[in-house]
Amino acid sequence: MISVSGLTKTFGRTRALDGLDLAVQPGEVHGFLGPNGAGKSTTIRVLLGLLRADAGEVRLLGGDPWKDAVELHRRLAYVPGDVTLWPALSGGEVIDLLGRLRGGLNRTRKNDLIERFALDPRKKGRAYSKGNRQKVALVAALASDVELLLLDEPTSGLDPLMEAVFTECVAEARGQGRTILLSSHILAEVEKLCDRVSIVRDGRTVETGTLAELRHLTRTSISAELAAPPGDMDGVHNLRVDGTRVSFEVDGDRLDEALRHLLARGVLSLTSRPPTLEELFMRHYRSTPDHDGYGESREEPVR
Amino acid sequence: MNGTGALVRLVLRRDRLIIPLWVVVIAVLPITQTSAIAELYTGEQELRRFAESFGANPALQSLYGPITHWNAAAMGTWRAGFTPVILALASLLTVIRHTRVEEETGRRELLGSAVLGRHAGLTAALVVTAGANLAAGVILALSFVSQGHPVAGALALGSGYAALGLVFAAVAAVAAQLTEGAGGARGFALSALGLAFLLRMAGDSTGTAWLSWLSPIAWGQRMRPFAGEVWWPLVLSCAVTVLLTAVAYVLADRRDVAGGLLPPRLGPAGAAAGLTSAFALAWRLHRGTLAAWCVGVGLFGAVTGAATKAATDTMAGNSQLMAIMVALGGTTDMSDVFLAGLVGIFGIGVAGYAVQAALRVRAEEVAQRGEPLLATAVSRVGWAASHLVFALLGPAVTLVVLGVCVGVAYGATVGDLFGHVPRLVGATLAQLPAVWTLAALAIALFGLAPRLVGVSWAALAVFLLFGQVGAVLDLPQPLLDLSPFSHLPKLPGGEVSALPLVVLTAVAAALTAAGLYGFRRRDVG
Ligand SMILES: Nc1ncnc2c1ncn2[C@@H]1O[C@H](COP(=O)(O)OP(=O)(O)OP(=O)(O)O)[C@@H](O)[C@H]1O
Ligand SMILES: [Mg+2]
Repeated sequence: MISVSGLTKTFGRTRALDGLDLAVQPGEVHGFLGPNGAGKSTTIRVLLGLLRADAGEVRLLGGDPWKDAVELHRRLAYVPGDVTLWPALSGGEVIDLLGRLRGGLNRTRKNDLIERFALDPRKKGRAYSKGNRQKVALVAALASDVELLLLDEPTSGLDPLMEAVFTECVAEARGQGRTILLSSHILAEVEKLCDRVSIVRDGRTVETGTLAELRHLTRTSISAELAAPPGDMDGVHNLRVDGTRVSFEVDGDRLDEALRHLLARGVLSLTSRPPTLEELFMRHYRSTPDHDGYGESREEPVR
Repeated sequence: MNGTGALVRLVLRRDRLIIPLWVVVIAVLPITQTSAIAELYTGEQELRRFAESFGANPALQSLYGPITHWNAAAMGTWRAGFTPVILALASLLTVIRHTRVEEETGRRELLGSAVLGRHAGLTAALVVTAGANLAAGVILALSFVSQGHPVAGALALGSGYAALGLVFAAVAAVAAQLTEGAGGARGFALSALGLAFLLRMAGDSTGTAWLSWLSPIAWGQRMRPFAGEVWWPLVLSCAVTVLLTAVAYVLADRRDVAGGLLPPRLGPAGAAAGLTSAFALAWRLHRGTLAAWCVGVGLFGAVTGAATKAATDTMAGNSQLMAIMVALGGTTDMSDVFLAGLVGIFGIGVAGYAVQAALRVRAEEVAQRGEPLLATAVSRVGWAASHLVFALLGPAVTLVVLGVCVGVAYGATVGDLFGHVPRLVGATLAQLPAVWTLAALAIALFGLAPRLVGVSWAALAVFLLFGQVGAVLDLPQPLLDLSPFSHLPKLPGGEVSALPLVVLTAVAAALTAAGLYGFRRRDVG
């Protein structure tokens, strides 16, 4: 559906994309994550043929997004992160117009979506709140019969109730066999919806895979009360020792080794926190550009 | 009021080009008119005769107001009688732009969350507009004093202009509180200006003094600059300004940011069957402006057309004037000379419309309304062209309306209702190649250097100045030749040669093609 490799894009002196890779398989919901300014919107704009790539290979629905823009756009729908509407057009008019320009709109689904999103389609563009403008664009995109949905932070501005409706709608869209690229900052949303995710930072993909694969990359937090002081421990992070009390984080593949080390000292009590994706994301969000990858991220020095 | 200073600087920075431009253009128009009259009508007798005959013409009175005195300064300011309306218009648009438009785009919310008092935006807009009006008044007064005209008259003229600008800045401040959108606020304030103009027009052309007094536009004229100054109307303007400003602040307290006092109107729940293409959308976005231009141009065309005969009858008595006009216009028929001048002025105005319509596509892009369209099956060229059609054909429609209205109104005064229509439509349409050249310049900038699209407005302003004062200032011909308008035939009456028209049209076509080519290749956004 989408394959991007080595994509580079500069604006004047800012390097927005710096060799980004992205692969989205047919029928999947692909999460696109990264801190502010990481290059998510820029990537989507390149995929839409709105920006011209400086370097790299970009394929979309089997075509070139820059050269074949018009034909490809009949098969996809796009929701921008910041929706602006025409002040004098009503929301219903915009939904119909965008649908028709894409080559058709499913009327029943449109009415259904308007109802579920509790949208008043008669209001003029200038009278909508941010969340309601977002709903207009969402209804227009979700009601179109297209293969691919490009959604750039589609839930920004939606209240929790509407976020839940959105989650349902995306699940339905996947059920209908559509492919979805979903850029987001909301982890719960991504965990709930996405089959695979790509994490970008500073214009580069730093992680990509299924959620299960990514979980392997996360660390388990352990704290224990021991019979004797733990002594030296290798291969753990954020080690804190207070007499016989110890706490640390450990990567999935070193867990076994660390537990053996503790057992050798005699364990009086032990709590472990399971790995969360949030920690993984946080690590990537916080890291500095120079310390790439997981493992050697910027963390407070211990001891 | 917190943060007003910072906002004032922001407004000045954003408008650093446009405000000085309108301030200077407006401020120098009256003195150029005065100098032109002083040059053409030498001696008391000629001036007196000119004043008497023009003053007796109801059509001219309705357009410019009554003539107060026959000296050159009074006549020049009378002849520039429409200029203060432009000043009021510029003031009004500036205030709306920095209050309502800011709120509509959400920029104000962004700033409002920083440490800004809730009235800081309104205050900043009013402070800047008031400053611009005072600057215009001072430049205006100085320009007359420097040419040796009486100081008292210069002061009355300058303060009358500035006071009118202030009144309509305050009107706009009130309008900005009433409706939810910038469009509605602008429409409201423009209607107030239109009503004021109509009241003054009706009052002056029928000699009904009290009707005129209802209009702020008349107050400056009633100060009688260079004709035995009367100062108290200035108090009236200031009082109204203060009152309206107070009303605006009270209303601002009662509404939310981006909200309005009047409830918003609802639209249809779905699009009409016809709204299926980028062009249909462009039609929705352009039709109001196009209609307004047609009505405006038609009305003014009719009024000036009706005044042509009377105006030229008096000019015919002035042999020196005749000689100059013939040299300028290339024909001995006075009414043709007068009409050709008129058509030329309207041509520049319509070029303003053309540039505005052409830049609408850039405005849409900057407002990020282009992106969702270009993400559908609309091609870049198709989207740009949907707007450019209005930049190229809109002026043609406007010019035809102008030609018909001038022709019929002039025809009515000479007893041949439709006989002059074809000639005049031909004359107005002959402006089209120059109008297109300016629109095409805007298109080229849009495609090739989108950050510089403002240059097309600067070019229009410079060409306007060339046309108005170029001859008076003795500017070198090669410089004046830069203006596409300098190559147009003087119609009706003058000789037509096809070459300049063809060349201008070709230049316009080349610029348009270059702009579209550039837009196909550049980044959007
Ligand atoms: N038109 C532009 N001109 C100049 N710089 C730009 C432009 N568009 C994006 N950038 C820069 O490119 C970088 C990536 O921006 P982008 O909008 O793609 O980030 P993002 O991942 O979408 O962030 P966010 O989560 O805040 O939406 C940023 O540093 C941004 O400042
Ligand atoms: Mg973004």
